[in-house]
Amino acid sequence: MLKYLFARNEDIPHGTSAVYFGISSIMWFVIGTGLGSFNAAKLAFPDFVTGSELFSFGHMRQVHVMAVIFGWISMAFAMAMMYITPALGNTRLWSEKLGVWNCFLWNFGLSLALTLLWAGMSSGREYSDFPWFIDLVILFGIVAPLGLNVWMTVLKRRTQGIYTTNWFFLAGTFMVFIVLLVGNTPEYFQLTGLTEAYLTWWFAHNVLGLWITPVAAAIAYYTIPKITGNPLYSHRIGHLHFWSVVVFYSTPAAHHLMSAPLPEWLKSFASVEGVLILVPAIAFVSNLLLTMTGKWHYFVDNVETKFTITGVLLAIPLNMQGGFQQTRAINWYIHGTGWIVAHAHLALLGFSTFLEGAAVYYGLQTILRRKLYSLALANFHFWFLLIGFSIYWISMTIAGLIQGAGKIYEVPYIDVVIAEHPYMIARWVGGTMVFTGNCVWLYNMWMTARAGTVIPAGRLPHELAYER
Amino acid sequence: MAFREYKIGARLFGLALGGSMMITLYMPSLNIVEVASTETGLRKGLSYGRVGGFSVEDPFLQGEGKPKTVMLSQDPSTGQAIEPVYAYVYEAGTPFTSSIRHPRILGAGVKDLSLEQGRIGEANQASGAVFVVAEGSWNGESVSYIENATATRNWSPDAVLSAAGDANTRYIGSGKIMFVREGCWWCHTLLPEETQDWQVFGVPPRLGDYNSESPTAFGSDRKAPDLLHVGSRNSSREWMMMHFFNPRLVQPHSIMPRYDYLWGDNDAAGNRIDFVQWRNEYNAYVSGARVYPPEVPEPAADSEARYLIDFVLSLK
Repeated sequence: MLKYLFARNEDIPHGTSAVYFGISSIMWFVIGTGLGSFNAAKLAFPDFVTGSELFSFGHMRQVHVMAVIFGWISMAFAMAMMYITPALGNTRLWSEKLGVWNCFLWNFGLSLALTLLWAGMSSGREYSDFPWFIDLVILFGIVAPLGLNVWMTVLKRRTQGIYTTNWFFLAGTFMVFIVLLVGNTPEYFQLTGLTEAYLTWWFAHNVLGLWITPVAAAIAYYTIPKITGNPLYSHRIGHLHFWSVVVFYSTPAAHHLMSAPLPEWLKSFASVEGVLILVPAIAFVSNLLLTMTGKWHYFVDNVETKFTITGVLLAIPLNMQGGFQQTRAINWYIHGTGWIVAHAHLALLGFSTFLEGAAVYYGLQTILRRKLYSLALANFHFWFLLIGFSIYWISMTIAGLIQGAGKIYEVPYIDVVIAEHPYMIARWVGGTMVFTGNCVWLYNMWMTARAGTVIPAGRLPHELAYER
Repeated sequence: MAFREYKIGARLFGLALGGSMMITLYMPSLNIVEVASTETGLRKGLSYGRVGGFSVEDPFLQGEGKPKTVMLSQDPSTGQAIEPVYAYVYEAGTPFTSSIRHPRILGAGVKDLSLEQGRIGEANQASGAVFVVAEGSWNGESVSYIENATATRNWSPDAVLSAAGDANTRYIGSGKIMFVREGCWWCHTLLPEETQDWQVFGVPPRLGDYNSESPTAFGSDRKAPDLLHVGSRNSSREWMMMHFFNPRLVQPHSIMPRYDYLWGDNDAAGNRIDFVQWRNEYNAYVSGARVYPPEVPEPAADSEARYLIDFVLSLK
C-alpha cells in the first residue's frame, strides 16, 4: 500500500484507499476491543496487572474509547466513503492519492496521539481527551482531507441527483468538522467553568449525533438496496430522516448534564428535543425494514445483510433508550450508572459497529474482487460479536439498575460495588468475546485478500457466497 | 455548480444547523456569562491555577507550574498574629488562573470589587503574587472577591511560603493535575445530583462554583462515591494514604486500582521504598500468614501521592 504514496494519481488502482482504510479499521477494532477487554478485567479483578502507571485503569480507559471512535468507527466510515461515494456518483474517487495519504497520516497520527494520551497527556475532557494541538491535527490533517475527497467526488459525479447515502456523507463530513472546531474551543482559548463543562458535552453529543449515527445509517441505505436488489422503500422517508437528524439531533446536548448547574430552560429544551430523535430513528428503521420486503431470506443467507439488519434492529432499543432516558422522569434514576455505559455500547458496539462491519465486509470483497475466504468464520465473527455484545449490554444494564437503586435508597456505596461484581465479570466475558471475534475477522479478511476465490467480472460477491 | 438543484436544500441546511447552534451555543452563553462567582468558585479557581489538564508549561501533567495553597496564621510582612486565612501563592512565573487574567469571567460585582478593592489588575505573573479571598459589599449584598495581597498587604510569595512552612502548605493545584492524569474522574464524579444525593454526598454545586476552573471534570460514570465534598466526610490524611497505596487495606471490597506508583522511589524519610517486599508481605497478610498488613510508607513531601491527597482533602 505504501508504494502508492508517491505514485501518480492515475497509476493508483481504483479503490486502493478504501482497502487501506478497511484493513486499518479492522486492526484498530482489534486494538480497541482488546483494550476494552483488558479494562473490563481490571474492573472485575482490581489486582489484575497492578502497581504500574501505564497499565492502570485511569490511563487506559480513554485510550480504548478513542481507539474505537477514531480508529475503528471513523476509519470504517472513511473506508465506506472511499468506495460508496464514487459508486453512487458513477465516477471514481476524486483523488486516490489524497485518500492513501489521508489513511497513512490518520494511522500515524492516531498511533502517536493515543501513545501520548496513554502517557497521561490529556485535556481532562471526556470524549475530547486529546490536547488541543492533536485536535487541530485531527481537524486539518484527518477530517478536512476526508471531507474534501468526499465533497469533490460528489461534485464530479456523473449522475443527476444525489442518493440518500451521499447526502449523509456530505453533511456528516461537514458537521463533524464544525463540531470538532467548536467543541474544542475550551482547549484552544482556555475557556473555563460551565462554558467548558457544557461545551464538553455539546461536543460529545454532537460527535455521536451528527457524525457516527447519521453516517452509520447512510451505510445501511447503501448496503441493503445494493445487496438485496430492492430499491430503497421511500426516498421521502429518507428526506424525513435526514432533515430530522439535522434539526433535532443537533440540539439536545444539555441532556447529558441534567443534574448539573446549567440554565433550567436549556435542560428542558434539550430534553424535549431529545425525545424528538425518535423521528429520525423511526424513519430510518422503518425505511430499511420495508426495503427488505420480499427479500428477508437475505437476513439468513447473506452475511452483510445479517450485519446490517442486526444493526438496524438494534437502533430500535437504542433510540427508545436514548429518547426517554434523558427525560427528567427517568434520568434522575439512571444518570451516571452502568445503564449509560450499556447504552453507549449499544450505540457504538451494537447499532453502528454492525452497520460498518457490513460495509467493510462488502467493500473489501468488491474492491479486491475476491470472495470471502471463509463464510463460516464470518458467521463465527457475527455471533461472537452479537452474543458478546448482548452479554455486555444486559449485564451493564442490570448493574446500572442496581446502582440507580443504591443511589435512590441511599445504600452504602460499597454494598453497590459488591452487588455489581458478578455483572462486572459478565461484562469482561462479553467484551472478551467481542475481541476474540474481531481477531478472527482480521484473519478472515487478511486471508480473503491473500487467498480468496477471484470473483469473475460482472458478478457480485454475495451471489457466489455458496459456490465453491 | 453541480449542486444547483440543491440550492434550496443547501440554504435550509445552513439555516437548520445555524439555528441549532444559535439556540444551543449562543443563547446559553448569554446566561452563563452573567453568572457571578461564589466563594467556592473563587477558592477553586485560585488553588487550581491556570489549567487542570494539558498545558504548554506542563505537557505530561507532572503538576508543574501550579500555585500553592497555604494556611497563614501570622502576617508574613509584619510578623503579627492574624485570623487564619488561606493564601494562594503564585511564585514568580507561575501562570495565573483565568479569573486574574480575564476578571470579567468573575461576573458583575465580583469583578468590580476584585479590581477596585482587591487590586488584582496590579498582579504581575513574572514576579509572582499572593491572593486571598476577601468579603465585601456590592449593591448592598455581601460578596466574596479576590484580593491581591501582594499589592494590598505587601505579602511576597517567598515570605508567605516561609512563614507558613511545609506543614501548612497544600499542593492542591498539582493534585488536581494528578486527579485528571490518573483518571480518578472516570469513576468518581464531582457532581452530586439534584436528587437524593443531597443526603449522602452533600449539596449539588451552584452555578457560580466553577468560574475559572478548567477542566471541570464532572465525570459521567459513577462507579464509586462522589467526591465533591469528600474532605468534609473524611479528613484523615492517614486513611487517604493507606487508601491510595492499596484501597483494599481499608476497604476489602473496593475495586479501585492501587496508586502506589505515585509514591515515587523514596518515602518521606528519604529511604528507598521496596515495593516487591511490600507486596510479598501484603500477599502473606491476605493469605492469612501475617496478622497485620505491612506499614504504608509515608509519602515524600514532593511526591505525586502527596499532591493528590492534598487535592482530595481540599474538596470540602
